[in-house]
Amino acid sequence: MTPPLAPPKRKDPLTKTRAPLLPPGARSRTAKGLAAAAAEGRFALQVCAECGAVIYPPRDACPRCLSPRLPFRDVPRDGVLLAETVIAASSDPYFRERLPWRIGTVRLDAGPSIVTHLHGDVREGDRVRLSLNLDKGGQAVAMALPTMPMLHMADDRQWRELTCDPKFRRVLVTDGRGRVGQAMAQALSQAEAAIVFVGIADSWKPFPGEAALRAIARVEIVPLDLTDTVSVGDLAGEIGGRVDIVVNTAEHVRPGGMLERTGLVVAREAIELRYFGLMRLAQSFGPALRARGADGVNSAAAFVNLLSVHALMNWPAYGVFSSAEAACLSAAQSLRAELRPGGIKVVNVFSGPLDTEWYETVPPPKVTPSALAAATVDALRRGLEDVYVGDVAEDVRARLAVNPKALERELGP
Amino acid sequence: MTPSASRMPYDGIVVAAPVTIPYRRYSINSAHWWIGRAIRGVLERSGLRSRDLDGLSVSSFTLGADTAVGLTQHFGLSPRWLDHVPLGGASGIVALRRASRAVQCGDAEFVVCVAGDTNQVDSFRAMISTFSRFAQDAVYPYGSGGPNASFAMIMRNYMQRYGPTRADFGKIAVAQRANALSFPYALMKQPLTLEAYLASRPIAEPIHLFDCVMPCAGAEAFLVCRDDRARDLGLPAARLLSTIERYNAFAEDAIQERGGWPVDVGELYAMAGIGPEQVDFLETYDDYPVISMIQMEDLGFCAKGEGAAFVRGHTLTNDGSFPHNTSGGQLSVGQAGCAGGYLGLVEAVRQLTGAALGTPVPEARIGLVSGFGMITYDRGLASGAALLAGID
Repeated sequence: MTPPLAPPKRKDPLTKTRAPLLPPGARSRTAKGLAAAAAEGRFALQVCAECGAVIYPPRDACPRCLSPRLPFRDVPRDGVLLAETVIAASSDPYFRERLPWRIGTVRLDAGPSIVTHLHGDVREGDRVRLSLNLDKGGQAVAMALPTMPMLHMADDRQWRELTCDPKFRRVLVTDGRGRVGQAMAQALSQAEAAIVFVGIADSWKPFPGEAALRAIARVEIVPLDLTDTVSVGDLAGEIGGRVDIVVNTAEHVRPGGMLERTGLVVAREAIELRYFGLMRLAQSFGPALRARGADGVNSAAAFVNLLSVHALMNWPAYGVFSSAEAACLSAAQSLRAELRPGGIKVVNVFSGPLDTEWYETVPPPKVTPSALAAATVDALRRGLEDVYVGDVAEDVRARLAVNPKALERELGP
Repeated sequence: MTPSASRMPYDGIVVAAPVTIPYRRYSINSAHWWIGRAIRGVLERSGLRSRDLDGLSVSSFTLGADTAVGLTQHFGLSPRWLDHVPLGGASGIVALRRASRAVQCGDAEFVVCVAGDTNQVDSFRAMISTFSRFAQDAVYPYGSGGPNASFAMIMRNYMQRYGPTRADFGKIAVAQRANALSFPYALMKQPLTLEAYLASRPIAEPIHLFDCVMPCAGAEAFLVCRDDRARDLGLPAARLLSTIERYNAFAEDAIQERGGWPVDVGELYAMAGIGPEQVDFLETYDDYPVISMIQMEDLGFCAKGEGAAFVRGHTLTNDGSFPHNTSGGQLSVGQAGCAGGYLGLVEAVRQLTGAALGTPVPEARIGLVSGFGMITYDRGLASGAALLAGID
């Protein structure tokens, strides 16, 4: 059984912060197909389109029939741990700092043998469940987990290298005025975050749910206005060195395309809050996050963007909003690359219309703020990078994968 | 297994001029320097001149941008037959097979086969991190334990399946060290006890320190020619009786428990017209003792799973029963990259020609040499073996 994680001690300011080394990151282009599955928490290997062989390591020709058609497909992830070893000497600096390190060979029921990281609760001969995850460098790796949930399973030392679990971490929720921010604070507190800083702009203005928000355990209200560079900088100056996860809950949902209004006021507001707000957060909190990616149990871990799934394809009914979301998605991709040297994950949580006031005319299915918050915490716990929440988001993603042009037409009137 | 009817015997093919350039733990010299010295060693031993060498086979991992062809200009050679065999532990056997057929067919008269690698600070890490695409994609990112971790899982599985203890593997390592104490070029010069073997620090369980070879710099070489040419030169030589070579065998085994030898071992003995009981000494590829034990089984000295019992029944020393890795093997001499795949072959030729540098195997008439290598993902892909005999 995994020993429960001990809360980290207060940091001695005189000790050196451990540099965020990354595990070996070189991969063939074909092997990067694993990363696409790992980013979403799927377990996909190459499956020969001609003979059906399940293939690993990734190849460019089927070892059974030499077919070059080897798409990645979701496959059953269970198998048997045939042999394990505890590496006590490693030539790589990242692993040297983390020895001893357990790996093993798993024979998948689906066929191939996989060399994999091992969760502390699995033993030689056990049935195990494989998970594909992105490591600190953003490359896919496999890890063998118990087939049944175990007590304190998420606290495993090797597993925590692959996840961004909020437990004992300090989280900044950037906007607590709305239901999404409040649900997020609640979910993160329940996930045992050490502190949940919740940003409130113009704190003299009361807002619905304020009392309940203040009553959540370990919530600390902080002044934060994402439209104000000075405000974001001031807060980063105060708490930036001890924020491990940033969850940007700022919303600016408005119906309408470009022709329904004259002028740029709404669009400018959206860009100011969402796009420039993201940039302000990135510039103020990013450097400290990137420097603290290996700083112990409460190392910096993630930057979470809540995005409309219509960032991926414009929904003209909310056309201006969709285009601002698309700008945020592009910025998030840049931020992902920029934070990678620190081992920090940028998590994009895509959802369809939320069950909130700005979507009142939109028919269901809609995503409740608490479902969005739960999906976000789940993504952090599993170390995901791209998450689709709710039926609309799943639908858009599926259609986009098959035929983007058809989706563009379908989203219009 | 029956011998393939179409395989031509190696009549008249001999191996001569065994050369070892004494190993060093680290070297600031290049692989070219080591290989050049080994070729010169063959010339000095054989009395041939550079222009007499009309065949060259090179094995190395650390030549940088060069292959065998670049070395012809580097060394001022003008061969009419050239080969490049970067097959790690199988390099020696494979080079010998190809060179022998070239000589037999008259494509070349004197083929020098040479393997050499340098070992500079950090070059081992650089080599294992990019050893193969599969290693890069699917092994090195898992703890970067290198071959130690890969063989740890092979050893662990073998122990579970067939029951040998660490002491059984220790017996192999300890016996080899005993053989190495009289071999002048061994890097490991201290006697090794079973207690010290068992107490050594873990590297990747169940592999401990004395299960591992020490990466080093060095070179090995030999000459392949016809027996009459060797006689003309007054060169002691060993006859090549038979060989086998196999890649990626038993891919269906979830974890490697056997090399490729069982596929072809019948042919190895049939072609030589002898059985395992007539072998006077065995040189296995010993990057880890478990691999040597697997070779004892796969080469027909005992049945699968009986390697431990077989080891317990012999001293494995040059002056005892079933001499094994008579120079001390890589475990005691060191692993000089591809030269590790030549070490047993060069030592066998010395033993069979009465030129042992250390303790000779008494009345050594037939030696079996095997090669194994190239663990590109989870198992060694290349296996080979050769039977050699002394000339009375």
